[in-house]
Amino acid sequence: MVGIVGYGAHIPRHRIKVEEIAKVWGADAPSYKKGLMLTQKSVPPPDVDTITLSVEAAKNALKRAGNVNPADIGAVYIGSESHPYAVKPSGTVVADALGACPSLHVADFEFACKAGSEAMFVCLGLVKSGYIKYGLAIGGDTSQGAPGDALEYSTAAGAAAFIMGSDNLIAEAVHTYSFTTDTPDFWRREYEHYPQHGGRFTGEPAYFRTTMGAANGILEMSGMKPQDFKWAVFHQPNGKFPLRVAKMLGFTKEQIEPGWLSPRLGNTYSGASPIGLTATLDVAKPGDMILMVSYGSGAGSDAFVWKVTDRIDEVRDKAVRTAKLLDENLTFVDYGTYAKFRHKILKNN
Amino acid sequence: MFPSRIWREKAQRYRLEAGKCTTCGYIAFPPRLICPECGAREFETITLPDTGKILTYTVIRVAPSQFTDEAPYAVGIAELTNGVKLMAQIADCEVEKIKVGMEVVIEFRRVQTHGSHGVLSYGYKFVPKWY
Amino acid sequence: MRDVAVVGIGMNKWGEIWTKSFRDLFVEAALMAIDDAGVDTLDSMTIGCMTGGLFVGQEHLASMMADYLGIKNLPASRVESACASGGLAFRTAYIEVASGMSDIVLAGGVEKMTDVSGDGATYALATAADQEYEVFHGATFPGLYALMAVAHMEKYGTTRDMLSSVAVKNHHNGSMNPNAQYPFKISIEEVNNSVMVASPLRILDCSPITDGAAAVILTTVDIARKLGKPIIKIIGSGHATDTIALHSRKDLTTLDATRMAAKRAFDMAGKTIKDIDFAEVHDCFTIAEIIVSESLGVFAPGKGGVAAQKGETGLEGSFPINTSGGLKSKGHPVGATGIGQAVEVVKQLRGEAENGRQLKNNPKTALMQNMGGSGGSTLVHILEVA
Repeated sequence: MVGIVGYGAHIPRHRIKVEEIAKVWGADAPSYKKGLMLTQKSVPPPDVDTITLSVEAAKNALKRAGNVNPADIGAVYIGSESHPYAVKPSGTVVADALGACPSLHVADFEFACKAGSEAMFVCLGLVKSGYIKYGLAIGGDTSQGAPGDALEYSTAAGAAAFIMGSDNLIAEAVHTYSFTTDTPDFWRREYEHYPQHGGRFTGEPAYFRTTMGAANGILEMSGMKPQDFKWAVFHQPNGKFPLRVAKMLGFTKEQIEPGWLSPRLGNTYSGASPIGLTATLDVAKPGDMILMVSYGSGAGSDAFVWKVTDRIDEVRDKAVRTAKLLDENLTFVDYGTYAKFRHKILKNN
Repeated sequence: MFPSRIWREKAQRYRLEAGKCTTCGYIAFPPRLICPECGAREFETITLPDTGKILTYTVIRVAPSQFTDEAPYAVGIAELTNGVKLMAQIADCEVEKIKVGMEVVIEFRRVQTHGSHGVLSYGYKFVPKWY
Repeated sequence: MRDVAVVGIGMNKWGEIWTKSFRDLFVEAALMAIDDAGVDTLDSMTIGCMTGGLFVGQEHLASMMADYLGIKNLPASRVESACASGGLAFRTAYIEVASGMSDIVLAGGVEKMTDVSGDGATYALATAADQEYEVFHGATFPGLYALMAVAHMEKYGTTRDMLSSVAVKNHHNGSMNPNAQYPFKISIEEVNNSVMVASPLRILDCSPITDGAAAVILTTVDIARKLGKPIIKIIGSGHATDTIALHSRKDLTTLDATRMAAKRAFDMAGKTIKDIDFAEVHDCFTIAEIIVSESLGVFAPGKGGVAAQKGETGLEGSFPINTSGGLKSKGHPVGATGIGQAVEVVKQLRGEAENGRQLKNNPKTALMQNMGGSGGSTLVHILEVA
């Protein structure tokens, strides 16, 4: 039996509203809010990046993991499309900050928005194989959308961390399944600052086809139906897509509600479905079944069937709940501050 | 900044490791080779607590170039729950609301960026305790 | 130990001296001191300079200055203790003469600070703080003194107007000093409304970036008598250090190195603060003058601000401080500051202070306090008319 021993999230406190971005580009805010089904997104201040978000999320995961000695963590994998360095791992900083060094394996993953679930997938496999006792899987991003692009309304920052192990579980990974094809709906070439995307091509042939493929695959594999799940978490590039894909698969809005964060958070890319899972675990009861399906452009989806254990009640409040990070202690910034924070202003250096 | 300077301090900056004098209990942060209180030279490594309260603070408006993106930013001295005092930025706060005595927790942040080419420096900052 | 006196002083106009180089600034002041003393050669020279390397790319500067001073093979050294480098040069020269090692020694100080950008100057000055545990976190020098100011305000109720009254008083005094960088008066309102640098310190709470040099000639009292100059004797010299990082101190509202250096100087002189007629102190920021006045024992802890506001440290006050205008108005070419203080003290004790800032009632005994960094080093000297 393998699964999650500890989980935690971290989200910067800064937010920018859709109206504030729309104002700058002369766009119609109400139609963007309706079209994307989101009202605001998180913004990382200049001292927050994927590494710092990962460390804070991992510290929360360790608090919930109880007696896990960081030195027993045999792997640290961080999935992100915004690793602060082009060359030099993020994971080494995180591993050293947690006291997990030096006897462990570290790698940074990249697969658009599903790099975080990839890290989860690989950690589960290594634990199951017996290669490592614990694995730390993190999905986190401080994603960038080009100024004025539709992506700018949604690209957000946040991270979730999971300590995977084989005993003392909070949630058992009952099944995993991956669905992958070559589908170039979104990309960023080397040395480019902002990503490019295929517009409406990112929808039906990419997000929906892949997410559906993974979800149907794991349902078939597990012999389960949507009604067998208490909760479901889907990748959420905006507010609308996860709601629609849930409906297409036969899930209700109630099932996705706790992990449907994008309307108030934006798209945290590699952090998106992982943070959604943390928010869902925060409210889950022992015995609840959770379906999680990530999506990463390019394109692929990782699907997981989680079974929540009795231990959830003990650990849920050993660290801050994700809903609190989402909705409390917020500070709203204007576009000028946002542009300064995200280094969109050309300075004289 | 040359990377060795950052690398050498990582136990303190990443993990708040301090030296505790095994003779008199004095806690040295950063660690020292000789205790300034009793002169003993044996220390054990401990980890500092991550909460404390602000003893004094300032809001810096005229900032060195590597900090201009964050100006105005606050720098404070906090006394941690075990009595150790250290200096760091107070992040994530409305600078006008900082008060002496305010409770803070330590978070892991990027402290210096060194332009677009340099090595990144990570470390601790204070943030107001809010939960 | 031999009795030592200051027999010559030299100081040029301080400020943004675009036309003069690092070496010219120093040699000019040194020649003035040599001429004032009436000596024709030196046995040795000690120069205080904080960071010629960072400001003008020049280390090995004592040899260069000796060369340009035209004294072949002169034993010359440079000492460094951040902003207390000048005070340290003074003490080093004093020890050399008192010990009998040399008879006529020049103690000088120099800094050329305007050949770098504002950011470059901030960087250079910040090297006086703990690089890894203060500066790394974004602390600046105004920031460090601001931390002391907030602690002092919190503990003792020191106010904005009290800080401002220090700046106003020093500019008043400096307006009468022909060598001052900013020889103009300012008002409480102007200080209170000036640009915020590091709260609560505003730009008019801060000493400026200055080019300048100063020099004094020290010799034995016996030789001084032969030279026929007024004899200003050094009767006390105290030196102390403190933790370089502010957060390592037990109390942020006192300056322990100042207290200890003063105690050592007083013990040596056989005097107390009550015997002192006036002082030049290190007002790199307004709060510094207030805390220094308390740590020297001029005022009780927490009373320095009130005293400044009441005018007790003015030219007519019970204990005049910084008759020269202090670092605030006269300028703060960091390595030269301690020697600049000696120049003012000697002028006052000789009765030669210009433009009406000369203290009445023939002051006889003076103290000068020069401080490095946020108080990590301090030199205190007591001088007396023999």
